[in-house]
Amino acid sequence: MSDKRSEATPVVWESGLEVEPVFGPEELERSGGSGRIGRPGEYPFTRGIHPLMYRKQPWTMRQYSGFGTAAETHQRFLYLIANGQTGLNVAFDLPTQCGLDSDDPMAEGEVGRVGMAVDTLADIEEAFAGIDLNRITVSLTINGSAVAIMAMYFAMARKRGFDLATLRGTAQNDILKEFIGRGTWIFPVEPSIRLVGDTIEFCARHVPKYSPVSVCGYHIRESGADPAQEMAYGLAIACAYIDHVRARGLSVDAFAGGLSFNFDIHGNLWEQVAKFRAGRRLYATLLKERYGATNPNAMRLRMIAGGGGGGLTIQQPENNIVRGAYYALASALSGTQTMALCSFDEAYTIPSERAARLSLRTMQILMHEVGVTDTVDPLAGSYFVETMTNRMEAKIREHLERLEAQGGIVKAVAEGWVQAEVNRQAYERERKIRSGEVKKVGVNLFVEEDGGEPPDVEFHPYREEEARAQIARLDRIRATRDATRVRAALEALRAAASGGANVMPAALDAAEAYASVGEICGVLREVFGTYREPICF
Amino acid sequence: MAETTRKIRVLIAKPGLDGHDVGAKVLCRALMDAGMEVIYGGLRQSPAIIARTVRDEAVDVLGLSILSGAHLPLCRKVAEALKAVGRSDVLWLVGGNIPRRDHAALRALGVRGIFPTGSSFDEVVAFVRAEVRP
Repeated sequence: MSDKRSEATPVVWESGLEVEPVFGPEELERSGGSGRIGRPGEYPFTRGIHPLMYRKQPWTMRQYSGFGTAAETHQRFLYLIANGQTGLNVAFDLPTQCGLDSDDPMAEGEVGRVGMAVDTLADIEEAFAGIDLNRITVSLTINGSAVAIMAMYFAMARKRGFDLATLRGTAQNDILKEFIGRGTWIFPVEPSIRLVGDTIEFCARHVPKYSPVSVCGYHIRESGADPAQEMAYGLAIACAYIDHVRARGLSVDAFAGGLSFNFDIHGNLWEQVAKFRAGRRLYATLLKERYGATNPNAMRLRMIAGGGGGGLTIQQPENNIVRGAYYALASALSGTQTMALCSFDEAYTIPSERAARLSLRTMQILMHEVGVTDTVDPLAGSYFVETMTNRMEAKIREHLERLEAQGGIVKAVAEGWVQAEVNRQAYERERKIRSGEVKKVGVNLFVEEDGGEPPDVEFHPYREEEARAQIARLDRIRATRDATRVRAALEALRAAASGGANVMPAALDAAEAYASVGEICGVLREVFGTYREPICF
Repeated sequence: MAETTRKIRVLIAKPGLDGHDVGAKVLCRALMDAGMEVIYGGLRQSPAIIARTVRDEAVDVLGLSILSGAHLPLCRKVAEALKAVGRSDVLWLVGGNIPRRDHAALRALGVRGIFPTGSSFDEVVAFVRAEVRP
């Protein structure tokens, strides 16, 4: 028997876990057994965070979108909703993400380019006009300037008569991962975490149904981390926020239910499934054992599992449609709450309407035609899946221990250790794709020599006049708003920021007074300073 | 150190607000592995700072990574800044999401190598070796 096994082609996952050709009860037993699988909806949530999962509530479909002005983005939102999308995931342009107004010199050439331009509450009001914020849940992909944008979103909701006590939605607001990958940081590490803490505390007290943070393993994976590291770093970041907010005297039961996660889905199908099942279990265990959570809601790892951009290729781009379908399958088999797919043209452009619709249809076909929602956690009990879930959990724990040895995630990020680690792997992976050790169809396998040039890169057409109109709108608002009220609100914000009080009430007042993103973040910049990147290789 | 063994000096920088730095950092490693001396400027470098670094560090090669689509306005400013510090001679490369229809405009500004998304870092190394006089 054993000598026959040696004839099998070896299989090692990206995370470094070896896969036997055949699994049975012995492998499962050796990996830790089946004692911690549990039931769906019950601790430790290996099988999913709800007892009935998709039989009761199918996953939310929430494609990332937004470009140009609020008016244009509003039209795209209406289009997506009309096509059956059940949530919105808002893309902001880079000046907004970096806390700069559209007329800032650094914003030149970037206004409305990779997302919607927001300067004041007026833009947020226009983007969401007429949309029922409780039926269509909105996710704001905003980090460095999250305090300003969340304040504007809450101000808009309140003005339209929504009760903050019942308002649902999510902000990405995970600044630690911005330092590792993605890069839209503004303030230094410590005050950045404090601002995240302010939003968590504010929401726990005043917007309890809202998820103020979506911890992103996603971008760390896209920056080069393997799946086990993606989960480990994500969990460590969540723990950093939890530690911070607990130090303010809040119990995890009061706020941890507001934390959610964002993970990636490209790569080996089974490895993703093991990653999510192990991650859910480990998170619940940490919350219960390390933090003494008693409310099951605080122990649930709720997530968007989607994207997959790192797996897509510019070569033979139609292949990305097929990849997207497999990635979606991995997400569904892993028990995600929300799904979004990178569109097939995303390797070279901001998704076209047609490509965005295809991503939506991919998820809809999966949900309605092939039975993936028939039963909860259909892979449970498989010797293979349960063994690899156990091994994955051990691997994630190893990475968490390595981080601890570095002094914890906050220190490891501030000093650039995580960045260097992730970058080294990105380079290794690039080398393996080049050598053919990692196989990519259309890149190093089944290359079409006569396939012609790959499609040209296309961007949402950038129009100078659009940027000028956005700036003119900002000028008009500055000229017509109550200047005394804006000044008072910004001074209150400065006092809160420098005095250590929660900045959110003052930020909300400032947003309501039509203070701009640049003004709100400008005050915080003056108090906290700006981040300086550690450059290490 | 003898003149003949002087390493090729490269500055890799990201102008503008785009934070996607995986490609830039991977290229830094590839160039270092190829025996070059690499300075990585980090994110959100202004054209003036980039040009000053080119002059002060006496680099042979300047590589900019831009994925946001803002390459034309940014490169126009970088070209002016390089001229202002008297380093228009630097071997200037641009990588990232660069549509083919913009290549001619970039070359007219003084960009000599364009490496769009999907290029391999071997191509960059080979190009630099061929273009920089030993």
